[in-house]
Amino acid sequence: MTPQKSDTTAIPFYRDERILKIIAQIVSTVVIFGFLIWAVINFLKAADARNMELSFGFLKEAAGFPISNPPIDYEPSMTYGRAFIVGLVNTLLISGVGIVTATIVGTLVALARLSSNWLLSRMALVFIEFHRNIPLLVLLFIWYFVVFSFVPPVKESLVWPGPIFINKRGVYISWPRLTDSGSTFLVLSIIGIIAAIILYIILRKRRKNTGKNTYYTPISIGLILIFSVAGWFLSGGSPFQMDIPFLKGFNYQGGLRLTPEFAGMYLSLSLYTAAFIAEVVRGGIQAVNKGQIEAARAVGLNQMQVLSLVVMPQALRIIIPPMISQYLNLTKNSSLALAIGFQEVFAVGKTTINQAGRAVPVFALIMITYLSLSLLTSFILNIYNRRIQFVVR
Amino acid sequence: MAIKEMEQDIVRPPQPPGLVKWIKENLFSSVFNSILTVLLFPTILYLLYLVIIWVLFGANWKAVSQFPLLFAIGQYPRDQIWRVGFVFSGFMFMLGISWGRWSGLLRSIALAAGSFLLLIAVLPVQNPQLDMTMRIYLGSTILITLVGYLIGNKTRLKNAFIIAGWFVIPIVGVVLLAGFENSERIPVVHTTLWGGLLVTFLLAAGGIVLSFPLGVALAFGRRSSLPVVSGFSTVFIEGIRGVPLVTLLFMFSIILALFLPVESRIDRLVRALMAVTVFSAAYSAENIRGGLQAVPLGQIEAAKALGMGNFKTTVFIVLPQALRAVLPAIAGQFIALFKDTTLVVIIGINDFLGIGRSIINSDPEFVQMRTEVYIFMAVVYWIFSYMMSLASRRIESTMGIESNL
Amino acid sequence: MSEEPIIHCSGVHKWFDEFHALRGIDMDVYEGEVIVIFGPSGSGKSTFIRTINRLEEHQQGDISVDGIELSHDVRNIELIRMETGMVFQQFNLFPHLSVIQNITLAPIWVRNWPKEKAEDKAMELLTLVGIPEQALKFPGNLSGGQQQRVAIARALAMEPKIMLFDEPTSALDPEMIKEVLDAMIDLAKSGMTMIVVTHEMGFAREVADRMYFFDEGLIVETGTPDEIYNNPQEDRTKLFLSQILQH
Repeated sequence: MTPQKSDTTAIPFYRDERILKIIAQIVSTVVIFGFLIWAVINFLKAADARNMELSFGFLKEAAGFPISNPPIDYEPSMTYGRAFIVGLVNTLLISGVGIVTATIVGTLVALARLSSNWLLSRMALVFIEFHRNIPLLVLLFIWYFVVFSFVPPVKESLVWPGPIFINKRGVYISWPRLTDSGSTFLVLSIIGIIAAIILYIILRKRRKNTGKNTYYTPISIGLILIFSVAGWFLSGGSPFQMDIPFLKGFNYQGGLRLTPEFAGMYLSLSLYTAAFIAEVVRGGIQAVNKGQIEAARAVGLNQMQVLSLVVMPQALRIIIPPMISQYLNLTKNSSLALAIGFQEVFAVGKTTINQAGRAVPVFALIMITYLSLSLLTSFILNIYNRRIQFVVR
Repeated sequence: MAIKEMEQDIVRPPQPPGLVKWIKENLFSSVFNSILTVLLFPTILYLLYLVIIWVLFGANWKAVSQFPLLFAIGQYPRDQIWRVGFVFSGFMFMLGISWGRWSGLLRSIALAAGSFLLLIAVLPVQNPQLDMTMRIYLGSTILITLVGYLIGNKTRLKNAFIIAGWFVIPIVGVVLLAGFENSERIPVVHTTLWGGLLVTFLLAAGGIVLSFPLGVALAFGRRSSLPVVSGFSTVFIEGIRGVPLVTLLFMFSIILALFLPVESRIDRLVRALMAVTVFSAAYSAENIRGGLQAVPLGQIEAAKALGMGNFKTTVFIVLPQALRAVLPAIAGQFIALFKDTTLVVIIGINDFLGIGRSIINSDPEFVQMRTEVYIFMAVVYWIFSYMMSLASRRIESTMGIESNL
Repeated sequence: MSEEPIIHCSGVHKWFDEFHALRGIDMDVYEGEVIVIFGPSGSGKSTFIRTINRLEEHQQGDISVDGIELSHDVRNIELIRMETGMVFQQFNLFPHLSVIQNITLAPIWVRNWPKEKAEDKAMELLTLVGIPEQALKFPGNLSGGQQQRVAIARALAMEPKIMLFDEPTSALDPEMIKEVLDAMIDLAKSGMTMIVVTHEMGFAREVADRMYFFDEGLIVETGTPDEIYNNPQEDRTKLFLSQILQH
């Protein structure tokens, strides 16, 4: 009985798994590359027929369109390239302040959500459910068109403590600007803070190594205070000059001006993302096993130590990766600013397309910008994950 | 308060009654909490009072109440409106049948939709668009739903037919709404006239239905042992996840045509749908891939040991477990997709939000009522996406899935 | 034994909402004694030892540990927790810290020991439980038995006067139970005061001074291992013993 043998020698090729694998490779390669080549041929034909310009040369031409309240120097006579950079700075600016605000608000809302006070916890829940279930664009319209429609005209500006002036043209915030002697104060303060951090680390380590109380928290705070007070006096008691907005003609001058577009986008983006961050933070804290807290209590750690030595280190590992992807979402969502005319990267790109045609290179530029932002983020995230991962059974 | 106990040893120490106990534990458990409660309670009451006063007396809802049809279907020609009605009734009929057959969540949806229609049908207001014909139509749609329920519940209609119905109705519906060239009875209605909730639902439902299989395909593609397939899937997924949806919408509306043969022309609404679908698929793919990774190797080995081939193992063992594990994430993705459909206003499609904006901009009088209009839109979007999240939580709990977030 | 008991409980009651979990527990434990508590699940035995270090609050009755009254006074609670070590069924090692960091955490931050002293002590204890070579690993890389031995070392590092064990071997695979029990037997023989909730009857026979049988929140029967095994008085005790000793 040797049917086995004859069978193996005579497998038809369509049943031989080795050959099948090779066939699959070939077929998939042909199909995918065929599709891509077909698309590229179509594209080249279309480009030829319409006489399309595909180079990036236009970036050196004059843009000709204005950008309101540019964060860096910009005139319409400057190039498209410059305009694009202005848009990029605007994107990074609104994302940066948005991320900071969303993180703070989100964490506070999460803590409120976890509060033992029912009213506070319910209010946090309402905040979260409200923001999570309406589209960002609707939220943006509500802030920009509705809330700002209640804002008075320039002559009757709302005055908030600060003073902050709020009117149809934007929010004008009194802003401390460094005087000539102010740099002394700033430098000394920074030195103080750095020294305090270093000392804090050293003293905490010493406390850990020797078991003797080294008063690291009061000493570090004291150090910062001493340095900044010293800086204050060395700079003649006036390191800053408040740049207070004042009415000149039909408009306010000076201070830090947030355009209504920026303010609307900033508020809606921050609050929207804060709701998602709140859920991330709450989930992270709740994910720490109850047994962990019991064990920490049982070895005698006090409430604060349980939180800082056991709960937070574990919660942060869970929180940080989804938190970073929320940051990335916020950055990408800032492109909605287009809808209210805030000139971030995408809006500048769109204006460029409208004016200069050249949709393809502009889109390539926009996509490369966003892609490099998100690749950078996931790169950082991967490094973090590899460093911090622990094995959990 | 201290009640002397008769038997110290077995009677529980005096407990305040339920409500008092609840208030003490949840509002006044510590000094800090008590202060918080004393501060928060009047603030909340005052805010509620302001909101109620504004909704009832302060607000002018004219811009909202005057155009119910516009909000529902946009500029769809009014003499062709029966086509929308027909398609809607078809859906309600299918919903009725499914309710009768499977009950559960479908029952809640059918009841919610039915009572909403009933409410509108008997609403005691004068509105030219809510005339007798419309009210009769709404009433008969409720009847059709109930007939569907009876058919689903009492007859032995095969499940396969019901599922097939869910595939047929949308296809027939879209064809009917679009119309036929050279037809007198059913002329073409160009998609530029489509709008309102009709478009929002079309984009959301279409996006969900199409992006899901694409997402599954991409997830398997990325895990494939064929380098070309996995490379292509990876680049596709990461490329799309790396850019905002607005970019994709513009890409598909401006640039897509360049990559297709010159003679092909894709409808603008379809292009928007493609963008939404592709965007959602990339995110779903990553969720599903996470689920695939979570399926224990032992499951696959067990299936193979039972003599199942690769394909059967995947379809019957791996995929169901993977999808079950990531159901909360997928549901979240679908809700996000529903909310993201609003972005099509940026490329000039009049979805629900777009209709609201055009009403505001159509008349200086309505500009003054934009607060009311935007609040109305927010409420409508909120209700739909909150119901979606309730539904997903319910499915999760019946399936015994624990979601952390 | 004329001196004061190191743990004194009288009339301890505990309710979970409407459920009466402990219905008047009286127990005195003297220094150096090993107490084994056993009984069916839901009998209140775990709840009872968790009230001793205030992981659960009792609503009636008195508990004092080493002369410290267990009350709402936070200082007393912290003092008692420093005097008592606890080992959990689920180990509850801190996954973000290495084995040695798990053990030195509390001595450094609660006892204010220098790190070096805490680490020396930790290594000594790890040697005692037989796994000094695992010091730098993370809990996730250890077997269940090893994790539980680290948990014992972690509790001992605070130099407690009393050790509480809450079903320390129930979550372990059979082949790992022995290594944990051996460590506990060594500890018992060194004179540590221990309260152990367990069904390991071999362990009880070898080191227990007294055994308590819990059922429905009450102490049904108490006695030396010899009395309990060979001459149980109550029917419930007999039934339960016959069930767990069958195999």
